[in-house]
Amino acid sequence: MTNPNTLNLLDKELLEGREYIGVHEIDGPIIIIKNTHPVGYRELVECIDTNGHTRLGMVLDTSSTAVAVQVFEGTSGLTLPGTHMRFRGKPLTVSVTEAMLGRVFNGLGQPIDGGPPPAALVSRDVNGLPVNPTAREYPRDFIQTGISVIDAMNTLIRGQKLPIFSGNGLPHNQLAAQIARQATLRGENTEFAVVFAAMGIKHDIARYFIDSFESSGVLDKVALFLSLADAPSIERIITPRTALTLAEHLAYECGKHVLVIMTDISNYCESLREISTIRGEIPSRKGYPGYLYSDLAELYERSGMIKGCPGSITQLPILTMPNDDISHPIPDLTGYITEGQIVFDRDMNSRSIYPPVAGLPSLSRLMKDGIGEGMTRVDHPHLASQLFASYSYVKDVRNLASVIGEEELTALDKQYMEFGEEFERRFVNQRSDENRDIEESLTIAWECLSLLPAEELTRLTEDELDEYYGR
Amino acid sequence: MEEQIIGRVKRVNGPVIEAEGITNGMMMELVRVSEARLIGEIIKLSGACAIIQVYEDTTGVAPGNIIYGSGMPLSVELGPGLIGTIYDGIQRPLERLAEISGTTIQRGIQAPPLSRDHQWDFIPALKTGDFVTPGTILGRVQESERIEHRVLCPPDVLGEIISIVDSGAYTVDETIATIKTSSGNHNLTMMHRWPIRKPRPVTDRIPLRIPLITGQRVIDTLFPLAKGGTVAIPGGFGTGKTMTQHAIAKWCDADIIVYIGCGERGNEMTDVLNEFPKLIDPRTGSSLMERTLLIANTSNMPVSAREASIYTGATLAEYYRDQGYHVAVMADSTSRWAEALRELSGRMEEMPAEEGFPAYLPTRIAEFYERAGYMQNLNGTEGSVSLIGAVSPPGGDFSEPVTQHTKRFVRCFWGLDRQLANARHYPAISWLDSYSEYLDEVSPWWSTRAGDSWARNRKRIMELLQREVKLQQVVKLVGPDALPDSQRFIIEVCSLFKNAFLQQNAFDKNDCYSTIEKQLRMMDIILLYADMGETAIRRGVTLVNLRRIKVLQDIVKMKLTVANDDIAQLDRLEARLIRSIEKL
Ligand SMILES: Nc1ncnc2c1ncn2[C@@H]1O[C@H](COP(=O)(O)OP(=O)(O)OP(=O)(O)O)[C@@H](O)[C@H]1O
Ligand SMILES: [Mg+2]
Repeated sequence: MTNPNTLNLLDKELLEGREYIGVHEIDGPIIIIKNTHPVGYRELVECIDTNGHTRLGMVLDTSSTAVAVQVFEGTSGLTLPGTHMRFRGKPLTVSVTEAMLGRVFNGLGQPIDGGPPPAALVSRDVNGLPVNPTAREYPRDFIQTGISVIDAMNTLIRGQKLPIFSGNGLPHNQLAAQIARQATLRGENTEFAVVFAAMGIKHDIARYFIDSFESSGVLDKVALFLSLADAPSIERIITPRTALTLAEHLAYECGKHVLVIMTDISNYCESLREISTIRGEIPSRKGYPGYLYSDLAELYERSGMIKGCPGSITQLPILTMPNDDISHPIPDLTGYITEGQIVFDRDMNSRSIYPPVAGLPSLSRLMKDGIGEGMTRVDHPHLASQLFASYSYVKDVRNLASVIGEEELTALDKQYMEFGEEFERRFVNQRSDENRDIEESLTIAWECLSLLPAEELTRLTEDELDEYYGR
Repeated sequence: MEEQIIGRVKRVNGPVIEAEGITNGMMMELVRVSEARLIGEIIKLSGACAIIQVYEDTTGVAPGNIIYGSGMPLSVELGPGLIGTIYDGIQRPLERLAEISGTTIQRGIQAPPLSRDHQWDFIPALKTGDFVTPGTILGRVQESERIEHRVLCPPDVLGEIISIVDSGAYTVDETIATIKTSSGNHNLTMMHRWPIRKPRPVTDRIPLRIPLITGQRVIDTLFPLAKGGTVAIPGGFGTGKTMTQHAIAKWCDADIIVYIGCGERGNEMTDVLNEFPKLIDPRTGSSLMERTLLIANTSNMPVSAREASIYTGATLAEYYRDQGYHVAVMADSTSRWAEALRELSGRMEEMPAEEGFPAYLPTRIAEFYERAGYMQNLNGTEGSVSLIGAVSPPGGDFSEPVTQHTKRFVRCFWGLDRQLANARHYPAISWLDSYSEYLDEVSPWWSTRAGDSWARNRKRIMELLQREVKLQQVVKLVGPDALPDSQRFIIEVCSLFKNAFLQQNAFDKNDCYSTIEKQLRMMDIILLYADMGETAIRRGVTLVNLRRIKVLQDIVKMKLTVANDDIAQLDRLEARLIRSIEKL
């Protein structure tokens, strides 16, 4: 008897070239085709339209009777009889190379800057594979962004995933661009390579980033993957994966430190919801699919450091919270996966404070191992904790003041009001081209705290107070 | 355990596979799918069709692929070598996998959970002619510096020893004893298998009476957990579930810790792997890794293995309980497990109940928490499994199904509060929402150590905290000046209690855990301030003067400045407090 395995292999080679003419159903970005050979789950599909143009797709559901394919470049213009399908027998891969830095691509990694496709030696599955937790290196290197409220209170660490939770019309793009320009490692001269993934954002925003990279002279260290608002929404599903596949190559195979900016995650999630709805899946909250958490985790977990590799991937995803609602599933699930969040506050923005980072809900979970003696400064951990505590009391006092009037406040509470003002105006607020080193940020923080009586500063030690309080 | 072809793939939808032509399939049977030999489990049988849940990424699996049956249910290997190991949700040893396939987890790779090469020094406890029943201790192995592994007779073997090896070094698959049973001779090794979804049998449940001391003041003093008890820690993102579980895993007085990272971050597991070996257990002086087992099925690892990870963890815990140990299981997060259930159920096109969760969600949650308990084991020893489950409610809203159903089946509840976390009051365990139903059970234990002061002080401070809430409502409307000093002093005491006692910094070397002696003394001092201050105010001392006494600064910082082995310092602090107030 012939070995069924070899038969299978032979079959595969024969079938790979086979082209099916005509499909059974087209619904949004999804094509259903019947009577095919056995097709593998998540297999790469080429879908050829009547003009002979090839669009890429992926198998979402496969059975002996029908196969569902999602087409990344959209299905507009396709006809039932005129569409040809070819199943490639392997998952979707992208070719990656260092030479992609300085270039612009679409969401599938095809160049759209007029240049030739970069000569790539390796091709990688866009979905990546889960990293073995034992192979990870715990990130602990402090990145100085030059932005006080980040460096002192929500420290960014190399290899961290730290999203910006923003809202429409808030300056998240400025902040992301400023971080990309200013991020450095103290005492080290390594530059970051930037991988930029745009999902459903407008042309002028993409332009803003390109100009900003250009004016700081780093454009040749940036690879852009653009799937803008006018591209088929389904392409957004693959864009971050393509970008992260390059980032992984740069970090783990070329040893670079990579900063990945992904914007806007909310658009990505909407595309996911669209597909889920078309497929008739049971939704969980607000119509988003039940697997939104796992799906986002597949993206966000592709960051960090690997033992024995010099490189790293730091992620800065941007998302606009629908209605500024932090409990909306997109920011909520993101917060459950990422290692902290920088939250924007509309009220601070309207008081012209830049960056309008809300003090209390923002958090960096990795800062504990990257700050303090030998890394930033010995008083940093307690100082940060004190700023949060005191600022949180300011919020209470402000509430009280709005009820009983500011004059009625106790003397101490008035001091808190003053501290709050100073903290927001001098410490948080800075110019979008202002680059403060960490000592400067900590000094300003101490100056603000010195407006409060020393007894109130319970989170700082005697030694720290002796050294810095009221200086 | 012959492998045989039992059917073929009909449809693939994510981790759920429909199979056809099934002959000989068994519910819960472990199967391998396609030539990639992906691990799966039969979860539904109907006629010649079956539904299989696959524990690995199913990319490339196609209709017609072969399904191989194993003839046995999805099980874990139990024997020496578990401690200090990190497994994935279906007990694949992650360190071995990294040696085989590098930094990423490739599909279809396999490695035995217990090393087949390692030789363990086995010391028999029985001799030829002895009679063994399920759970009997056959012998001992020093598994780690601090854990003596008791090699157990599997729960389904009963008979007379016809041969048993001498003391010596053996691997886990070498025969160490032969038992004559009613169904023939049975060779036993140091290891056996047990299906993960089936609780290991015990003789009896014993009423709970001993607290699990965690070293976390808000827990031990206000909302204690009993050994063998269950607790849920719900909280929105970043409120401190993981940190609380890490702190308990580090400092609690259980013998064994099983830490399940279920659908959470990869770096958090790396953190444990880096940190635990370096930390020294204050009770035994050995490294914390010497008592810890890790299960990591992170958020980016296959979702069905996430579903299994909880059961894998519970089974490993029960196995050590059967050896007479107290085991504490941390599951972070049970919500991710519930979501895995939801996703699989959705893919199987089952009818959803609340928020897309399957109707059997409450049953599954109940079954899980039922695996906790303080038990009389089959071999006469006593042991316990305590379950500590994190819950991640969407939007931090505790009214969602997983939190609500969990609440029905646990007896202790540590609710994390967003406001507290935002103010960096950690642990952010709310003293208003949280409760423990173990108070009465553990009170006698505390009485034997500290007279009635634990229960009395606890009651006193809880009353003050309740009164403070009412007073704060008044303050919010009219400002603090409207209150008389005696009432403002209550607010003062509560704020001292929160700063000095409830807040506990997990990163500080003195504060990361407190012995019960330190907790009791700290509480004494704070309540002494409350009592003496109250009389002083009645005597006419003003609140302003009372607040100004210098020793208060030292009381706030006593948690940081007084080491656990130096609590005599607290006596001096107390004396200074008495003097300062008397002088007013
Ligand atoms: N006891 C503590 N001492 C000091 N810091 C703490 C403590 N508890 C929590 N934190 C801080 O809060 C942050 C978030 O805590 P943690 O990671 O435990 O949250 P979580 O509830 O598990 O969130 P998620 O649901 O997103 O996993 C930590 O990174 C740490 O900075
Ligand atoms: Mg957590």
